[in-house]
Parts: sequence; C-alpha cells; structure tokens
Amino acid sequence: MQKIIDYKHAVCDISNRIKYEKMAEENQTKKLSIIAFSGDFDKLTAVFTLATGAAAVGYEVNLFFTFWGLDAIKLKKGRSPVGKGFLSKTFGVMMGGLKSAPVSRLNFWGISPKIFRYLMRKKNVATLEELVEAAKQLGINLYACEMAMHILGLEKSDFIPEVKDVLGVTTFLKLSEGGQTLFI
Amino acid sequence: MATYNLDVTKEHCPMTFVKTKIELNKLQKGDILNVKVTAGEPLENVPQSAAEQGFNVLSVKETAVSGIYNIEIEK
Repeated sequence: MQKIIDYKHAVCDISNRIKYEKMAEENQTKKLSIIAFSGDFDKLTAVFTLATGAAAVGYEVNLFFTFWGLDAIKLKKGRSPVGKGFLSKTFGVMMGGLKSAPVSRLNFWGISPKIFRYLMRKKNVATLEELVEAAKQLGINLYACEMAMHILGLEKSDFIPEVKDVLGVTTFLKLSEGGQTLFI
Repeated sequence: MATYNLDVTKEHCPMTFVKTKIELNKLQKGDILNVKVTAGEPLENVPQSAAEQGFNVLSVKETAVSGIYNIEIEK
C-alpha cells in the first residue's frame, strides 16, 4: 500500500514531466510495420494487439496482409465464396473471414476460437473484433499484398474499405524503412 | 472547452491506452479528459503515452476509491 502512495507522488513530480517531454522529443519518428501472414485467430490477435498498442502511443503503424492474413481484412467475415473462379471461391469458403479464423493449436474443429472469444469477453480483454475496430479508429494503415490477392483471385473490393492500398514488396520496404518490422 | 470522463479500470493492455487515445482524438484543443485507471501498468502508461504525444498531463490523483487513480489530460 505504501508503495502505491509513493508512486502517486512520483508521477506528479515535476522531474517526471521533464522526462516525458524529453522522451517526446526523442521519439518523433517511431514506426512499426507488421507483415500479417497468418490467418490464425491467436496470431491475428497478436498482430492487432501490437498494432493498436503502438498506434495508441504515437507510432505510425503499417499492417501488410498477405496469404492467410488476407482473411482478416475480408469484407465478408464468415465463410463465403469470395474470389474469381471455382478454385478461388472454394478457397474462400474453406478459409472464411475474421469470424471463422482458427487458432494455431488445439483448434478442435473451430470450437476453441469460440471458447477464446467467450473467455476474452468474460475477462474483459479486447476481442479480435474489438481490436480491429480500434485499429480502424486509430487510423492504422492497412495494406493488402498484390501477389497473394492474385493467387487467391481476390480484389480490393473483397476487403473492408479501410484497406488503404494494394502493395508489392518494394513499396512495403519503402513504407517500413526506418522503423521496426515484424513477421507474424 | 469541455470536460469528458473515461473509465478504463475494467480494461486491460492495450485497451487502457488505446481507448484513451481514441477518446483524445475526438476532443477539441483545450478540452479536458479525466481518465480513471487502476494502479500498475495503466497508471504508468496512460500519462506517459499522453505526454509523449504532446498532450498536457495536468494531474494524477488517487480517487476516493483506493487503488483507482484519476489522470487529468488536456488536449
């Protein structure tokens, strides 16, 4: 208890104010770019937790969705035959969108993501959908991979309108230059 | 200038400072946001990240409820 009271005074201390201001000056160009490769519920949760957290503390955040990761930004959240051609539509139904994302371990035919969502709500932890919504509100830059879209027969109109652009590797490298980059 | 209130005592990382940032984005310059947080990580991160981004942290005070703090931020 004593520790908490001491801390309260420390936060109010003027020296801390100066420290914060100095940190603000040093951190003018903070940037985080994440390559969201996985379409798994748990890995996407990690992507959006890091992204929203970073954006909330002033980072510029770029999310580059490729391959299975594209499922997270599909306009149709469930299993739907999106894409051009029979094979693409079949893939679309099998993979689904954000709501049908499996967990990377112990998925149990889609039961585990439901249990996770229940637990997250019960324990007041942001669900994947809430994190995606927060990402939109924070103005996080969402990009889709041109090559993966081509393979899967997807178009920009198959994605949520917040997807800013369709990119290739070189543009992503330019965007992420000078910041931290993660592959999830 | 208006004063707004936000309670993130039931939230966890990263939603404590994510919700604060989203709320701050909605305010006009000069508006005040009172954020209620619990001790620990939110108490450290919310004022620090707000100050880092150029918002003015006016005060951090413990409320009548033990372990719950009020952070007064000016946009």
